[in-house]
Amino acid sequence: MYRTTDILTNTPNASLSEAGYMVINVGPQHPATHGVLHLVITLSGETIINVEPHLGYIHRSIEKMCESLTYRQFIYTTSRMDYLSSHINNHCCALSVEKGLQIEIPDRAKYIRIILDELTRLASHQLWWGAMAMDIGAITPFFYAFREREMINDIMEETCGARLTMNYMVPGGVMFDLHPNFQKKVKEFIAFFKSKINEYDEILTGNIIFQNRMKGVGIISKEDAISYGCTGPTARGSGVSCDVRKLYPYEIYNRIEFDEIINNGCDSFARYEVRMQEMKQSLKIIEQLIDNIPEGDFQAKTKTVLKLPKGEFYTRVETARGEFGVYIVSEGGTTPYRIKFRSPGFSNLSALNHMAKGNKIGDLVAIMGSIDLVIPDIDR
Amino acid sequence: MLSLETITNNINNWLNNHVSSTWATIIEMLIVGLLVIGLFAMLGLILVLMERKVSAFMQIRVGPNRVGFKGSLQTLADTLKLVLKEGLTPKGADKFLFNLAPYVVMCAAMLILAPIAFAKNFQIWDINIGVLYISAISSISVIGILMAGWASNNKYSLLGAMRSGAQIVSYELSAGFSVLCIVILTGSLQISDIINAQQNGWFIFKGHIPAIISFIIFIIAVTAETNRAPFDLAEAESELTAGFHTEYSGMKFALFFLAEYVNIFVVCAIGAILFFGGWMPLHIGNWQGFNQVMDYIPSSLWFILKVFGLIFLIMWFRWTFPRLRVDQLLNLEWKYLLPLSLVNLLLMTVVAIMGWHF
Repeated sequence: MYRTTDILTNTPNASLSEAGYMVINVGPQHPATHGVLHLVITLSGETIINVEPHLGYIHRSIEKMCESLTYRQFIYTTSRMDYLSSHINNHCCALSVEKGLQIEIPDRAKYIRIILDELTRLASHQLWWGAMAMDIGAITPFFYAFREREMINDIMEETCGARLTMNYMVPGGVMFDLHPNFQKKVKEFIAFFKSKINEYDEILTGNIIFQNRMKGVGIISKEDAISYGCTGPTARGSGVSCDVRKLYPYEIYNRIEFDEIINNGCDSFARYEVRMQEMKQSLKIIEQLIDNIPEGDFQAKTKTVLKLPKGEFYTRVETARGEFGVYIVSEGGTTPYRIKFRSPGFSNLSALNHMAKGNKIGDLVAIMGSIDLVIPDIDR
Repeated sequence: MLSLETITNNINNWLNNHVSSTWATIIEMLIVGLLVIGLFAMLGLILVLMERKVSAFMQIRVGPNRVGFKGSLQTLADTLKLVLKEGLTPKGADKFLFNLAPYVVMCAAMLILAPIAFAKNFQIWDINIGVLYISAISSISVIGILMAGWASNNKYSLLGAMRSGAQIVSYELSAGFSVLCIVILTGSLQISDIINAQQNGWFIFKGHIPAIISFIIFIIAVTAETNRAPFDLAEAESELTAGFHTEYSGMKFALFFLAEYVNIFVVCAIGAILFFGGWMPLHIGNWQGFNQVMDYIPSSLWFILKVFGLIFLIMWFRWTFPRLRVDQLLNLEWKYLLPLSLVNLLLMTVVAIMGWHF
């Protein structure tokens, strides 16, 4: 891993390689990396020659841990991966266990799951918007984003008992029924957010400095996006149709009206636009469902101890960052033989070098913001 | 009416009556020195608090509100913390330059205070090349920043310092040209002459469109010169952690921090003097009654109000704009602002020659 650069050199003279490049370690503690990501950047002046991500600072061996956890327990570890879309991660695990057990879950549970998924996506995109603005030097949008995100967190707290690591989805449905206030609060939030989403455009999107920073920066073509395995808004910003909700609909997504946002800009601004539009689509989805949550059970009847039949099960969902997959290999016991998570952040990060090469060091931050990295998701 | 002018004159007379004129000058110099240091500290305290309150106002939050009345002593508490902190010097740093840099930056900020007129006839040094002096001294602070970046033995600091050097040197030109526009109108470099020429109207109104253009260029250029957002590339925290002062801690960091705020005050004061008449009250042509009412407001208050208005403007920039990229920053200066200010200078010359300004 350390063959190209020696990260231990720290005196200016030693770090200047023969070509006259300067090597800079960004992270693991750096305000731009949103976590413990370590980037070794080779610079020529201010221009980026190479970016080499080093992982491992927040490795918790979640996949190995899962092998000794039962099918009810292992779901909770996934909340700690992409902590901004923990509902969606939990959802994927629940789906894959249900697939193995061949349980049909009640409609009410499906509706609740989708609404919470979309709320999570909204919260995640709001945080991304604030953090992205902060990356390129505008601090104020962060607080505007958090104003609305706080409302979602309150809804989550009331419904699931937690604000970040919800652990609400269980095999067979959801853990408990919705809070009586849920519908009222969600409607309040939708009305509020609809009146405020224009502020997002006013303070940031239309700003000429912002557009100059984003347009024509971090370019990745459609072919490259596919070959790097990019998913989510990162790929859709390059014109790749990859929304799992549309292509492989799970739960009731095939019954909901919403658009897959695709932008052919291929640059940071395209990815930004995709996420901004996705927020509006998420609102649309929630609006369709919130008044129509059917009555009935919130959980299917399942055995206390779950045993998956021998075999391999793969499910995928669309998180706020892209395609999240859970691959379970079962030997027929109460714990999985092997679990593999396909996290969107890891593949998206792999394209960072391609996007950042030739740009300025300030752009690297903008590009990292535009692909929305969550480090614990990359480094499980 | 109590004015600063009478106080200074009284002190001067009293000293001259009691000691020889040489000693009187020396004592006056000491008093001035103490006042400048006092002003420096006061400005730091007030402006940092103001910045935090303004940012809180922009960011729908309350801001500091625990220490003192509504957080008024917050900066004092922060300063106390910084004084008590250990001033670290990194291994491999050039110790002499590393320790010297904050003082260079601070001294440069202090020196610019000399020709600024704080009130009617209340000025430390009414040098006859005041404007030139200001632009000369304001370039010195970049040496301090370069020193800090180089001596820290840190790559982030080095990048920040180099950015800062490129930035300040470029934007100095635009700032200089917009100042020249006003000099054309007055025909004098002396600060007191410039202010007195605005007796019957501030230059921003008198100079027609060229004055407004040069004011806009001036405010952009000085925002860049003081390394403030959206031009805060020298300390872009998301790119370079803290830029040129990454390695500084304790009081040495505080000096950089204070110097930044004093620089803001200084450039806003210059802006107020050149475009808004400094301490000169708002006078409109022949409206005798109105002008007299305006005269009742003390000149020092006029000055402070104008300066703080401009400071608010610069803070407003910081809390609403994203940061430019380094090549965009230089493009803006060399491709847009500099040609524009050259044309503007020509335009202003035409206005002055034809006597269109009133």
